[in-house]
Amino acid sequence: MDEVLGRQYPEPRTETVTAAPSARTGSEGGEIGALALNGVTRRFGDFTAVDNVSFEVKPGELLALVGASGSGKTTTLRIAAGYEMPDQGSVVLGGRDITRVPPERRGFGMVFQHYALFPHMPVEENVAFGLEARGVNKVDRLIKARAALASVGLEGAGARAIQSLSGGEQQRVALARALVIEPRALLLDEPLSNLDPTLRQAMRDDLRAMLRRVGVPALFVTHDQEDAFAIADRIALLKRGKLLQSGTPEELYHTPASREVAAFIGRGSIVPAVDKGNVAAVTIGGVTRELSVTRSRATPPKLDKAFVVLRPDALELSRGAGVLAWRGRVTNRRFAGGLVVYRIELADNVTVEVESTSGDAREDENVSVSPLKGPFPLVSE
Amino acid sequence: MSVRRQSLVIALPVIAILLWAVVYPNAAVIAGSFENGLGHWREFAASPADREALRTSIVIAIASVFASLAVGVPLAFLLGRFDFPGRRLLRAVATLPAALPPLVGVIAFLFLYGESGVITRAVQRMLGMPQAPWQLKGVGAIVFVHAYTMYVYVFLFVSAGLERFDATLDEAASGLGASTWHRLRRVTLPLLMPAVAGSALLVFMNALGSFSAPYVFGGGLRVLSTQILASKTNGAMGLAYVETTVLALSAVAGLVLFRWLDRKRKYTLASKGGRQRRVIQSRKLQIVMSTAAALIVIALVLPHLMVILVSFARDGVWTTQVLPPEYTLENYRRLFSEAELWRPITNSVSMALIATAGNLVVCFIAAYLIVFRNFAGRRLLELLIVLPWAIPATAIALGLAATFSRNDLLTGRVLLVGTFWILPLAYFIRDTPLVASAVESSLRQMDASLEDAARGLGASWLLTMRRVILPAARPGLIAGGLLAAVTAVGEFVASVVLYTHSNRPISMEILAQLRALAFGTAAAYSVLLILLVLLMALAARSFEERLV
Repeated sequence: MDEVLGRQYPEPRTETVTAAPSARTGSEGGEIGALALNGVTRRFGDFTAVDNVSFEVKPGELLALVGASGSGKTTTLRIAAGYEMPDQGSVVLGGRDITRVPPERRGFGMVFQHYALFPHMPVEENVAFGLEARGVNKVDRLIKARAALASVGLEGAGARAIQSLSGGEQQRVALARALVIEPRALLLDEPLSNLDPTLRQAMRDDLRAMLRRVGVPALFVTHDQEDAFAIADRIALLKRGKLLQSGTPEELYHTPASREVAAFIGRGSIVPAVDKGNVAAVTIGGVTRELSVTRSRATPPKLDKAFVVLRPDALELSRGAGVLAWRGRVTNRRFAGGLVVYRIELADNVTVEVESTSGDAREDENVSVSPLKGPFPLVSE
Repeated sequence: MSVRRQSLVIALPVIAILLWAVVYPNAAVIAGSFENGLGHWREFAASPADREALRTSIVIAIASVFASLAVGVPLAFLLGRFDFPGRRLLRAVATLPAALPPLVGVIAFLFLYGESGVITRAVQRMLGMPQAPWQLKGVGAIVFVHAYTMYVYVFLFVSAGLERFDATLDEAASGLGASTWHRLRRVTLPLLMPAVAGSALLVFMNALGSFSAPYVFGGGLRVLSTQILASKTNGAMGLAYVETTVLALSAVAGLVLFRWLDRKRKYTLASKGGRQRRVIQSRKLQIVMSTAAALIVIALVLPHLMVILVSFARDGVWTTQVLPPEYTLENYRRLFSEAELWRPITNSVSMALIATAGNLVVCFIAAYLIVFRNFAGRRLLELLIVLPWAIPATAIALGLAATFSRNDLLTGRVLLVGTFWILPLAYFIRDTPLVASAVESSLRQMDASLEDAARGLGASWLLTMRRVILPAARPGLIAGGLLAAVTAVGEFVASVVLYTHSNRPISMEILAQLRALAFGTAAAYSVLLILLVLLMALAARSFEERLV
C-alpha cells in the first residue's frame, strides 16, 4: 500500500507507466506471482457449480475459461476474485494463500460483463475510483486516470458521462479502471460479449495487446471459443463445473482429451473408429479408410471405443462418385469468403462439413468426400 | 377525423373538469387574497401569529423529513441487506403505520404517549414521579408522530432502490479496493439519492400540509393549516385566502427546491438482480439485531394494539389508571345500533366509493391519453393531473369552500358547500394524482405498438380498448382505486374544512367523540376504520385474482 502512495509518477504522458507497468512488481508490493486455483469446489445447495477445478496462470499469461452457460466458469472467476468463497480448495497468488482475503484487499483488476461503471460519476472519476480507495490524492489520481484512459485510446474522454459512451467505449473505460490500480492479476468476465460483431473482432486484438503489456496473470471468461482462440495463450474448458481440459488453443483443437472437448472446440463431426495405434479405421457406408491419428497425453494408447474428429478443413470434396471415397449428398452450401462450406449427408446417418476452395458443387448434388492427410484427433467416449 | 383531433376531443372534457375543480378554486383563493388590494396581505404580514405559523410549518416539515430519514433509511438497509432471526416479522409490520388513517395514528399516540397515556403513566409510576415525565405537545410531539407515520415513504422508496441496486457496482467498488464505508459513501448512497430525495419530498409535502397532528397536539402552537381553519371559522375569509396562498406557495417552493437539488442526475438504477442478503452468523450480533427488531416491531404495532384495547374500554371510567379499568362491548354495540352513530360510517363509505369511481374514469382516460396519444393539450393535461399533489389538502378544501358556495352559472359556480357532494369532490381531487400515476405506470409497461397491432388486425377502437388497453391498465386501476378508496374513507384534513353535520365522515365523528372524552367510542370508530381499510385491501386483492 505504502508503495502506491509513495511511488513517483513523473510525467503523465509517459504513456503506459500507470496502465501497464513494465516493472514486474504488483501494486501492493512484491513480485508479481502466478495466480493458481487448487482443487476449488463451490456448491449451491445440492448443485455443484465448480467441481474440483485446478489451474495456474503465470504472470503475463492469458488464460481463457471457456464453457457453455452454466458450466461454472463465472463462479470460478468470482472465486478467483474473492466474491465467492470456495467450499473446498484454495486460491493462491505468488505462493501466498489468499482464499480468505476479501476482494478489496486482493488488488485485482476486474472487468465485469456489463462493465459495472458507476453511473453517477464521470469517466475519469470512475477510472480514478480504485486510487481514491487507496487514498491517492486527487491531483495524482486524476493524472493517472487520464494516462490510463489514454492507454486505452480514450484521451480527453475524462469528463464525459457514462451514459454518453458507446458499448466499446464503456468496455475500455472498465479496462482502464481495472488497469490504473496496477493490479496483481486481471480478471475479465465476458469482456467482449456486449460488443457488436465488427467491434468485437477489432477489440480482440486490442485486448490481447493490452493484457500482454500489463504482464500480470490475466484470467478471462468467455463462452465464445473464437474469442478464446484469438486472445488466450491457454484455454481451460469447463463443463458442468468440471475442468475438461486445459492447454494451448492448438492442443485443444488438435488433441482434444475427450469427445466432449472435441464437440465444443472447433467444428467437425465425431465418428466411430477402430483404434489401431497410429492409425484408426473409419467405415462409412461400407467404405473403410485408415486415417493417421493423434491423441492427447491423457488418452490411453489403445481405445476399445474410439472416435475420430473429422474437421471441415481436413476433408476434401469431389463431384460425382469417387473411388474409395465416402459418398453423400450436399444438403447445404454456404459461401464464406475465400471458401465454400458444404454440409454433406453421408451414409449411416453421418453428416460432415467440408471446406472447399471451389464452389462448383450445388445443393442436392451427389458428391464424394475423402480425408486429407491428417493427422486426425482421436478421442475416447 | 385525425388521431390528434380525436385525442383532443376526448381530452377536452377531462381538461375542463380538472380546470374547473382544481385550477379554478385555487385561482379563486389567490384572487380572493387580493380582493382588498394588498390589505389582507398586510394583515398577514403584521400578524405575529401568522408569521409564527409559517415558520413553525416549515420547521415541522423539515424536521419531519430528517426524522423520517433517520428511521426509514437504516431500517431499509437493515431489512434489505441483512438476514437475521425476526427479519420476516419486522418486514411484515414495517409498513403498518401507513395503514393507519392520519387521525387514528394521532389518537393512538395520544393514548400511548399523551399526558394520560399508557406509556407515560407506566413510566411515571415506575419512577415514582408526581407528574407526567413528558408532555406530548408542540413541535417535538408533531414531528414524533410524523416520523412514525411518514417514515414508511422513505422505507419503501429506499427499499425499492436497494432492490433495484445493481449488485455488481458494489462488487466492482470492492474489487477496486474500496472499504465498506467508502462504498457506502461513494457508491451506494449516491445511487440511492433519487429514492431518498423522492421520499423526502413526499414527507416534506405531507408534513407541511399536515393537519391532524398539529390540531390535536399543537397546544398553543400555530401552523398554517390550523390557522386557515381558524380564520375561516372566525369569518376572516380574506386572511384565510392569504394563509392558503402562502401554504400552497411554500409547498410549490419545496417542490422546486427538491427538483433543483436533484437536477444533476441523469442516470437511472438499472436492475440486474439485487444482491443477496448477508446472513448474520455471529451469535452475539444475531441477538443484538433480533432484540432491536423485536423492539421496533413492538413500537410499530403498539399504536394499533392500543386503539383496539381502548375501543373496548368503558367510556368515562378511565381516569388515573395506567390501563383502562373496565372493558365492554358497549362501544361497538352503540355504533351499530344508534342511527346517529352509524350515519358517519355509511357517509364515509358512500363518499369514498363515489370519489373513487370518479377517479377511475377520469384518471384512466387521462393516463391513456398521456401515455399513448400526442396532442396539443398533453402537457397541460399532465400538469393538471399532478397539480393537486402539490397543493396541501387544506388549501384545496378552502378553495372549494370559496368557490362552490353559491350558484352562479355565468362564473361556473355551483352551490356545493353544505351539500353531500362537496366532500366526494374534495376526495376526488386529492386522489387524482395517486390514481393517475398508478394507471400511467401500468400503461407504460405495455408495449405501445400493441394498440397498433390490434388495430392492424382489424379490431375496432372499442374492442382494442376492451381487450388490449383495459387489461394492461388493470393492475394500476386496482392499486390506484384501492389507495384512493382507503385515503378517502379516512380523510380528515379536507373534511374538517368542508363537512356539515349531515355528511360528517368517520374522522369528524372520531374527533367529536374525543372532544366529548368518549375515548372508547372514538377508538371503536378507529378500529372500524382500520377494518374498512383491510376489507378494501382484501376486496381489491380478490378482484385482481378473479380477473387474472
